[in-house]
Amino acid sequence: MRREALTPYLLILPATLFLLLLFLAPVLEALLLSLRGDGGWGLEAYRRMAQDLYFGNALKNTLLLAAVIVPLQTGLALAMALLLQGLNRGKDLFLYLWTIPLGISDLAAGILWLAIFTERGYLNSLFQALGLLGEPRLWLSYETPLSLFLAVVVTEVWRATPLVFVILVAGLQLIPKEYGEAAEVFGATPWHRFVKVTLPLLRPSLQTALILRTVLALEVFAVVLALGGRNLPVLAGEAYFWYSAYQNPHVAAAYAVLLLSISILATLGYLRLLRTPPEARP
Amino acid sequence: MFRYLLVATLVLAGWAFGQGSILFLSTQLRPLEEAQKMRQVILNDFAGRVEFLPEDTSVFTDRVLAEVRTGRVTVSLLGGLHGDFPPLLRANILDPMDDALRLLSDRRFPRTFLELAKLGTNQTYYVPWMQATYIMVANREALRYLPPRADLNTLTYSQLKDWAANLERATGRRLLGFPAGPRGLLHRFFQGYLYPSYTGSAVTKFRNPEAERMWREFRELWRHVNPQSTTYDFMQEPLLAGEVWIAWDHTARLLEALKQRPQDFVAFPAPIGPKGRGFMPVIAGLAIPKGAPNRDGALALVEYLTRPQVQIITLREVGFFPVVEAQLPQDLHQGIRMVAEAIARQASGSAALPSLLPVGLGGKGGEFNKVYLDTFARIVLRGEEIRQVLDREAANLRRILQETGAPCWAPDPPSQGPCPVE
Repeated sequence: MRREALTPYLLILPATLFLLLLFLAPVLEALLLSLRGDGGWGLEAYRRMAQDLYFGNALKNTLLLAAVIVPLQTGLALAMALLLQGLNRGKDLFLYLWTIPLGISDLAAGILWLAIFTERGYLNSLFQALGLLGEPRLWLSYETPLSLFLAVVVTEVWRATPLVFVILVAGLQLIPKEYGEAAEVFGATPWHRFVKVTLPLLRPSLQTALILRTVLALEVFAVVLALGGRNLPVLAGEAYFWYSAYQNPHVAAAYAVLLLSISILATLGYLRLLRTPPEARP
Repeated sequence: MFRYLLVATLVLAGWAFGQGSILFLSTQLRPLEEAQKMRQVILNDFAGRVEFLPEDTSVFTDRVLAEVRTGRVTVSLLGGLHGDFPPLLRANILDPMDDALRLLSDRRFPRTFLELAKLGTNQTYYVPWMQATYIMVANREALRYLPPRADLNTLTYSQLKDWAANLERATGRRLLGFPAGPRGLLHRFFQGYLYPSYTGSAVTKFRNPEAERMWREFRELWRHVNPQSTTYDFMQEPLLAGEVWIAWDHTARLLEALKQRPQDFVAFPAPIGPKGRGFMPVIAGLAIPKGAPNRDGALALVEYLTRPQVQIITLREVGFFPVVEAQLPQDLHQGIRMVAEAIARQASGSAALPSLLPVGLGGKGGEFNKVYLDTFARIVLRGEEIRQVLDREAANLRRILQETGAPCWAPDPPSQGPCPVE
């Protein structure tokens, strides 16, 4: 009896140890690193981070990107998942096609889209062939921040929507068909069935997808670097530059701690907002 | 005659001592492929036996310091960049090499290099070995638009601006390019080219009126620069793609363009400013530690490595350029030849104003570079007020120099204590 009670704890022990060792320890390490400067302990690294030339823009861009990309991806993924459900044949084919970008690393995706948006890229060639443009136009320069921002949004949406999509497809499959059928019997329109039945039951999956995607969106880095270099500073990129180019691990750690704090806040927010009350759990 | 006799003696002595091998410790030619080229091709005709041992700069410094301090020196010859030697000189473990240099007077090292090799003293501490640097490359198409009376080899910064402006007028495109991307080397342009050309200094006159004028003019010039420059890391790529027609970069980052299409490009020296032609040679030198077990062998090896034909082999095998006057062979690749000629023209001539890579900054090198790049971003890309930016960034520069205690390096005059920012 006693041993049976212990079993679950023993089973989660390896995972817990793993997290403590490889997640919590580095987090603590980063926190300590950010509080230690050349001249001893203090907030020097945070002061330098906040006063840096790129800090304001990096913070703004990171939050703005997440705010634009995540809702866009969620909406798109939801539509795709519902479409897939409605298919009778070729379901697997579309599932595989739509998840291809999942298998591509973010840097590779960035470089792929760079080939499209660059001065002599596919987009300009297409526009020129159609006679819409005489000379190639620059989309990714520091003089065109809006089109650079949009290029990053498009790339990120292309690259990471499948992640949300996969989670939502799994979530949809968990919803028993009977609920929908019952609603139909009572005369609910498709829209009503979606809003009143599917969406509430999809809530736990949506929560997972949103948390994952938001945290990942806040860490956006390789795509931005590939498309815009330093033209569109983001927090993760600044952490990288402070660590590698400026060789100051303290300020880099300060950026990391800031990113972590924002991620934790976002996660807590989602947990609260999308909480499923116990009585509503299927 | 006497000199030749001495050289002959030296070579013979080298051969004799070469029976005991020469340990050659180097911070250069570290990649396996380059080290193999050194061992199997470049050193092939040397009479003595050489053990070529490339090491990371920190290992190199620690090892030499430790060996000399414990009195058990095994290394006979040191190969490193100019900046690798000052820490060794400060520890007083470098043997002066004036005697060796006298025997090598037929090699015709550039005078500026020999001056640098004194490390701010009146004795010579290393013999120049090989070099790389930053130069300009242009597409031949662009030459038609050179301003009247402008000569590629004596181009000034204002002519460069006019040239780029002409190009923009004629083609509607901004065809001048700089490596201002995240991994580009634009900071070296400010430290070694623009600042010295306008102020004769890289650090002490960071915020003086000449620097203010320089930034004003550079901001004007930037109006004709391809805005994609902020994503360029290696200029050979946009040159080959035709996105830019004129570019400045490190020779190693331009060479591919000249090797692939030598008929389409020309290489030429960096422009000249009011104070001269600032340029940044990346000089590698050969030095001998005190108490070297095989000093004669090491001297013979120095003599061998600085022979014109060995310098050419070095160029061909590992892409470092000669530091001696060397007749380039007919069969040398045309692209490499163009770069070699541009380097030679850049380093000679009365306007030449060589600057060094920063010395003595240790781990703060990155933040030092950031000061120049941030100054550029604020003034040129964001259009902030020049005076305010210079004053603000000068404070950062001062902090870094105070923290590291780095004394001035060329072209700034030597300083007692940390290099001051006036």
